[in-house]
Amino acid sequence: MKKTYKIEVDCANCANKMEEAAKATDGVKDAVVNFMTLKMSVEFEEGSEPKAVMQDVLKNCKKVEDDCEIFL
Amino acid sequence: MTKKQKKALIRIIIAVALVGLISLLPVKGYIRFALFMVPYLVIGYDILRKAVKGIMNRQVFDENFLMAVATIGAIALGDYTEGVAVMIFYQIGELFQSYAVGKSRRNISELMDIRPDYANVEGENGELEQVDPDEVEIGKVIVVQPGEKVPIDGVIIEGKSTLNTSALTGESLPREAEAGDEIVSGCINMTGVLRIRTTKEFGESTVSKILDMVENASSRKSRSENFISKFAHYYTPIVCYCAAALAVLPPLVSILFLHIAPDWGEWIFRALTFLVISCPCALVISIPLSFFAGIGGASRSGVLVKGSNYMETLAQTSCVVFDKTGTLTQGVFAVSSIYPEGMSEDQLLEYAALAESYSSHPISRSLQKAYGKAIDKNRIADVEEISGNGVKAAIDGKEVSVGNDKLMKKLGVSYKELNEVGTVVYVAVDQTFAGSILISDQPKPTAAAAIKALKKAGIRKTVMLTGDRKNVAEHVAKELGLSEYYAELLPADKVSGVEKLLSEQGKKEKLAFVGDGINDAPVLSRADIGIAMGAMGSDAAIEAADIVLMDDDPMKIAKAIKIARKCIRIVYENIYFAIGIKVICLILGALGIANMWAAIFADVGVMVIAVLNAIRALSVKRL
Repeated sequence: MKKTYKIEVDCANCANKMEEAAKATDGVKDAVVNFMTLKMSVEFEEGSEPKAVMQDVLKNCKKVEDDCEIFL
Repeated sequence: MTKKQKKALIRIIIAVALVGLISLLPVKGYIRFALFMVPYLVIGYDILRKAVKGIMNRQVFDENFLMAVATIGAIALGDYTEGVAVMIFYQIGELFQSYAVGKSRRNISELMDIRPDYANVEGENGELEQVDPDEVEIGKVIVVQPGEKVPIDGVIIEGKSTLNTSALTGESLPREAEAGDEIVSGCINMTGVLRIRTTKEFGESTVSKILDMVENASSRKSRSENFISKFAHYYTPIVCYCAAALAVLPPLVSILFLHIAPDWGEWIFRALTFLVISCPCALVISIPLSFFAGIGGASRSGVLVKGSNYMETLAQTSCVVFDKTGTLTQGVFAVSSIYPEGMSEDQLLEYAALAESYSSHPISRSLQKAYGKAIDKNRIADVEEISGNGVKAAIDGKEVSVGNDKLMKKLGVSYKELNEVGTVVYVAVDQTFAGSILISDQPKPTAAAAIKALKKAGIRKTVMLTGDRKNVAEHVAKELGLSEYYAELLPADKVSGVEKLLSEQGKKEKLAFVGDGINDAPVLSRADIGIAMGAMGSDAAIEAADIVLMDDDPMKIAKAIKIARKCIRIVYENIYFAIGIKVICLILGALGIANMWAAIFADVGVMVIAVLNAIRALSVKRL
């Protein structure tokens, strides 16, 4: 399953870091952060619960870039 | 400006004012230090906080860390003004970046502003009500007034108007539309009120699909973008180690080998300058921005690109393979020439059209179309279809036979054989040969010019694949100036044909296939890059291709390639420029020639120039 979320982040490098962090989260098959449109699209692993996974994604993103936001 | 940007601006102003004020005060020592800490914290508290958080989260080598170390270092060396100034300039740079990126983001989105905000639905008493297009069901009637965008795909049931399709196709010539015509969303209604019965939901309508595609396009990352991400990943730590080495090694060398007193302060300061120069943001921001602008510009001229990676491939295209019917030719049969024998052209055409008027065969339809007048059925009698050969009918009392050469032979009429490409219709009146009419699939008016433009753009090979007969293919290929053609191919042969051409390509050369997307989906996906044309309202084409031309003008292919090349050129300019300036500044910084101010330029200035350069990719009008 694939879902797209609106995000807020200030610099392009930080967006890349968010992407890495999201990709490394359990339950995420693939993630792409688009800095130009400020969107993150996440492909979830089979059988994972998007809501719970996204909480982890947000937590991991906050770790690499404190000043970011994902609108869940 | 957003709230965040305003806040940053206020902080910058306060910090600058405080620094100016303190510099004038005749204070020394700890008091001076304490006073300078006020503007430093005002301007840099968030950077310091982020740096500490970064360390706690094991994300040591980020920009915030670099800035914190550089400024604290300067302050520790007693250079208070410099330390605070660097922080102020860094914040100004950040503010400018955020403003410039936000602005270009808005500019590009505005350019692609084809999203309709509402749909007019007629209420019970005939009054119009504005509703969210998402809420309109299939089959409902919507009203579009002059000046409004058509929100949902549908069929016109009442009204007549001129449509501006330029937002979709880049074509500025308006299009006529009247009751019975299909209409695609995203067009602007210019003159009359239209009542439209919707045939799709908003989410499935052309306008939604296009927006979705363009917005997601920059998510498919190109090789250059991946390169930059990787580059940044290794670059920052390497620079940090270099800086550490720069701070420690030269003084150690002085002590151990040269036996002179080390100048620790000078080398640490150089290392800090080095750190400030190193920020990779100019690269990281300008590359995706260039692609975003290029894709935006392309979609403005009716060329939809599904991803940044396709921009790259398109720019490297050296061979373009075309499907014939519907791509290079119009895909409809039309009367192309009339050769009468003992009567006028019009009269011959009239006889043929009348005799064939009961048939719905494509040949018959093209005769009716060329005739162009209403058929008076009273003039026709005794219509007799001669299967596989043609028709015989009595027109105005004369016996008229219309059909192929077999029919002429069967009737024993001595006819003049026509050796031209296409379908030939022979006509005999009262058992005497009256002439022949040539019906063929016409090349598109711009097809020859399009091939020429491609060659001029440096495309080495233009190939046509067709299921049509060899003599037809040869004729078209010659007329349009194609370099190769393959005829009498079955759909599966087209795939193997493209595979063969692919194997002949050089490593860096790419092959593009252009089709109408209806029955060539396998070929579209097999080629390095699939281009579908005439996609207005055709979902199949939008799904199958990598690049979609909204109208069916083959001229757009050369344009798309030029747009892609310009975009890629800008991307490379930015890569070389940003890395080049950084490397030069890093060397100068290490040698002690570039001071902190040059470092700030290398960071912020390069970024600003790269962003401005990236925006150039947006203008594609004169390509």
